[in-house]
Amino acid sequence: MNVPTELRYTKTHEWVRLDKNGVATIGITDFAQEQLGDLTYVELPSVGDNVEAQNEVAVIESVKAAADIYAPVAGTITEVNKKLEDQPELINADPFGEGWIFKLRPDDPSEIDMLLDADGYEDMIPEAEE
Amino acid sequence: MRYSRCVQTPLYEAHVALGARLAPFAGWDMPIQYTGILAEHEQTRRATSVFDICHMGEFELRGPTALADLERLLTMPVASLAPGQCRYGYLLREDGGVLDDLTCYRLGPDHFWLVVNAGTRTQDAAWIWQHLAPTTQFTDLSDDLGKLDIQGPTARATTERALGVQLPDLGYFRFTELTLEGVPCLLSRTGYTGEFGYELYCPVKTVGRFWEQLLAGGEIRPAGLGARDTLRLEMGYALYGHELDLHRTPAGASRGRYLQLTKDFIGKVAVEAELKQPRQVLVGLRLESKRAARNGDGITVAGRTAGVVTSGSVAPSLGVAVALAYVDAAHAATGTRLDVQARGSALPATVVALPFYAGGTARGTA
Repeated sequence: MNVPTELRYTKTHEWVRLDKNGVATIGITDFAQEQLGDLTYVELPSVGDNVEAQNEVAVIESVKAAADIYAPVAGTITEVNKKLEDQPELINADPFGEGWIFKLRPDDPSEIDMLLDADGYEDMIPEAEE
Repeated sequence: MRYSRCVQTPLYEAHVALGARLAPFAGWDMPIQYTGILAEHEQTRRATSVFDICHMGEFELRGPTALADLERLLTMPVASLAPGQCRYGYLLREDGGVLDDLTCYRLGPDHFWLVVNAGTRTQDAAWIWQHLAPTTQFTDLSDDLGKLDIQGPTARATTERALGVQLPDLGYFRFTELTLEGVPCLLSRTGYTGEFGYELYCPVKTVGRFWEQLLAGGEIRPAGLGARDTLRLEMGYALYGHELDLHRTPAGASRGRYLQLTKDFIGKVAVEAELKQPRQVLVGLRLESKRAARNGDGITVAGRTAGVVTSGSVAPSLGVAVALAYVDAAHAATGTRLDVQARGSALPATVVALPFYAGGTARGTA
């Protein structure tokens, strides 16, 4: 299972990368996309929305299931990955890259340090199946 | 192992070796997908897939009273089946509740098979057994038989190449007993995908061999229950536990099909009453995006409750979400617009004719 060490993680399987410009990029982890299977639909948040930590901000659906995507920290949505509207499968193919979901300017960037690191997230996800 | 209480099919190790994702289904540890549901769906619509369906049940009924017993137990005509022909119908309780949906095969004048769902096998057997004449012999063959569904427009040619045999011409819902590599099998021109194809029944000890041979050439690929579900949904086929259960008669799902009202069968009075005055009817719904309605989502018309979704997902061959739903008879006409209440959002939907996917090859020749 791919869990990049430079990212931060949530218990709800989002990853967060804080860029130098103070904006955080958020997506779902490799583990989450694999559990969901082929993604078929993504509902993106609106740019400019102010969100609280743990707010539901996006919905993703696979053939078998629907899942909410939560804001990892409070902030303002600055950008969404419009490509996902036509190509939700980008999340399956490249969850940490082209499959990013939205960007957010955190109200307090230090909150991101309080999220799980790669080791913490890896400890949380179930053992890979045999 | 995570699901130690589940039964494993004889192909369990083969699924693990193929990297399948397994999950419990009707008490069995079944492959949901190998590479991905969308790819396996597409493979079945365009080429050939093989599905492990060993979990399903098979019963044998024999004897001079078998036909009369089945006519009373099953909703569809049985006497008019020719040997080598099979037919779909329902097994009902007296109150019309659906114990199971099944296929009845006639092997000879006094010799029949019933192919039943995995989750209902035990209750079906008990019910059938208690309604048989003493001169009808009932045998549950389920543990002795393997079942592979080989489905797709190219299924005949790919199966012939993979097994190195010539298959006989078989009409839709016709079957034949045949020997494949010295093994007695039953091959049926039926399926649950809407595509041309077969259901192959073989002794359980030989199913691993046939599975490997079918896959060896690379033309036929394995598909899991995930694709089986999207394929059947696109055809509007019922799935027991979703569209059919003990709480409804089959009137709304059947719309008069699979029922022979000129004979007496258990549950007929209840079904007939509901056919005359249907409360709710099973309809196809087409949504407006790929956002899916799901089992249990409510249906509203002008804000008032008007039904419930029984199955829903994106329809990969159509590029839009579809659903099967029971709706009040007043809102069941094709073209009716209504809303699905899905996780807090109202998704507009339109009642459309079934099947959703009209390009299926199931009835064709190959």
